[in-house]
Amino acid sequence: MAEADPPTDAPSSASALFDLRTVIALLFGVYGVVLTVLGVFDNDPAQLAKSAGIDLNLWTGLGMLVLAAVFVVWLRLRPALTATPDDGPEQGPASTISADVPDGSG
Amino acid sequence: MLLAQTDLRLDTTAIDYVFVAIYFVLVLGIGLAARRSISSSLDFLLSGRSLPAWVTGLAFVSANLGAIELIGMTANGAQYGIPTVHYYWIGAVPAMVFLGIVMMPFYYGSKARSVPEFLRKRFDSTTQRVNAVTFAIASVLIAGVNLFALGLVLEALLGWSLVLAIPVAALVVLSYTFLGGLSAAIYNEVLQFFVILALLIPLTVAGLARVGGWSGLMEQVSAGPGGPDQLSAWPGTTLTEIANPFLSVLGIVFGLGFVLSFGYWTTNFSEVQRALAARNMSAARRTPIIGAFPKALIPIVIVIPGMVAAVLVPSLAEFKANPDAGGDIDYNNALSLLMGEVLPNGVLGVAIAGLLAAFMAGMAANISSLNTVFTYDIWQDWVRPGREDRYYLQVGRAVTVIGCVLAIGTAFLAGSYENLMDYIQALFSFFNAPLFAVFILGLFWKRMTGPAGWTGLVAGTVAAVTVDLLVRGGVIALSSQAGSFVGASAAFVVGIAVSVGVSLVTTPRPDAELVGLVWSLTTKDERSHSTTGSDSGWYRSPTVLGVLVVVLTAALYLTVP
Repeated sequence: MAEADPPTDAPSSASALFDLRTVIALLFGVYGVVLTVLGVFDNDPAQLAKSAGIDLNLWTGLGMLVLAAVFVVWLRLRPALTATPDDGPEQGPASTISADVPDGSG
Repeated sequence: MLLAQTDLRLDTTAIDYVFVAIYFVLVLGIGLAARRSISSSLDFLLSGRSLPAWVTGLAFVSANLGAIELIGMTANGAQYGIPTVHYYWIGAVPAMVFLGIVMMPFYYGSKARSVPEFLRKRFDSTTQRVNAVTFAIASVLIAGVNLFALGLVLEALLGWSLVLAIPVAALVVLSYTFLGGLSAAIYNEVLQFFVILALLIPLTVAGLARVGGWSGLMEQVSAGPGGPDQLSAWPGTTLTEIANPFLSVLGIVFGLGFVLSFGYWTTNFSEVQRALAARNMSAARRTPIIGAFPKALIPIVIVIPGMVAAVLVPSLAEFKANPDAGGDIDYNNALSLLMGEVLPNGVLGVAIAGLLAAFMAGMAANISSLNTVFTYDIWQDWVRPGREDRYYLQVGRAVTVIGCVLAIGTAFLAGSYENLMDYIQALFSFFNAPLFAVFILGLFWKRMTGPAGWTGLVAGTVAAVTVDLLVRGGVIALSSQAGSFVGASAAFVVGIAVSVGVSLVTTPRPDAELVGLVWSLTTKDERSHSTTGSDSGWYRSPTVLGVLVVVLTAALYLTVP
């Protein structure tokens, strides 16, 4: 994800930090896929018995994919995370534009 | 003995470590990425005051959702059952709402960068220094507790030795706070919040499924050693160790709900700092209130697994029936025992990542607040004033390294105490209770003077330490848990008394200097914030959110009367 964060020409404020929502979506996207695959293909009865027959890997994996999707949708709808209070009017549109570019990363 | 030890070891496979590895790569990545956006000490130590409220709000609750909290509260769930919810509902939510609505305008509005700096503005620089030094000591001691507890889990679950586990854990926390400062710490806390939920929710679902659902759990708990008392929150006589139901309720409401909870949530800089990193006053005020919503709901996935563990895991059920039988198992093992009992490989890996995340959250919060206080309050305002900002950024980085190294030392010190929770409570009574007394008096009484501030702090701490020594020495016959509660109360009362006494014989500061720092000298206008743009809308009003979360908490109490 270091490459997911493009060097912005915005000044060195922490507000230029990559969007946390991307990171959450990334983590739970990866976790979700691995768990779902595990849940579908690995059906060891001893493991299933642990959770009284519920396929916990599958359902947790699906839940994580939903969470990741929620963050992706939120990111699409409201791309700009922050505008610094002091130079708000200028920063606003600029960060909105720059936030559109790196979305391939998510 | 040998059997009990292997009992605790989790049955992990390669796939579980994949989840742990993914998590650690991401955590270090956040540190690296955050590093690029840091160029000033304010960026490093207060995230440039730029974070949105939902981020700081989740970080606020996550900084408290450390491992001691997770392990301690599942243990309480196993031991006491439903009454454990008091720690969340009456013991946290009201104080968090109070912090957001009443106190945050003064904290954030004063532009103070830390609690000690606020004390300098309100009192004098001696008060700032006394508080900064005690806070620095307390941070290093508590970071050590977190680190030691993390080492214990690595030892128990994965079989690493403490001597290896403690430095490795310190190194991971060090690398991301060193690189990314408070932003990295806060971003990781938010991530940890979700990973910890990914541990707790499947654990609750699977646990309930195994005991036959909610009704199955109710039946088995009331048939168990604790009886049906464990199914209702009030009067909570087992929790308070007060036999009289009326006094027990009083103890919960005033002891837990007022002195302990307000003292912790409103003056603990590890918490308050998360709100100071918010991007404006509105976001700062919403921070603790947004945090209160998850805080009110989280006991559902912490207390229930604790109760399930005590009926489902045979070794723990045996311990509950007969606690004096000896052996390695006790309530502190409830969480890891239940993880091993109900989670299949896969989710188990996520759960281990979540547990490690919880430990790192606590320690990172201690280290990042230590940074800020040491750099600004001890170094910049006292020891080496007037250097350029670049210099203080380097000091901040150096303190991160030194703090982590010292924490390794205090981790082994914490290991010499029998009960970690008692150790934490004692530290709390030394440092937080006097601070709360001075703070609340200074906020509402403009006559309170500068010297009264620091004498109140010192006297309160001395009172708490004295009580602790008397309890340890057996002069006062109390359990150590009750002892630290008496210590906290003594610190509060003595702190107030000394502050009032000293104020009456010293000269108060002129009113003009105290505007924005004392309630009666601050107009309603100065205490409010902008309600336009991204701060508009009723759902962003701190008062509306505060009322909502209090109503939610009251409704939750009605479900377990």
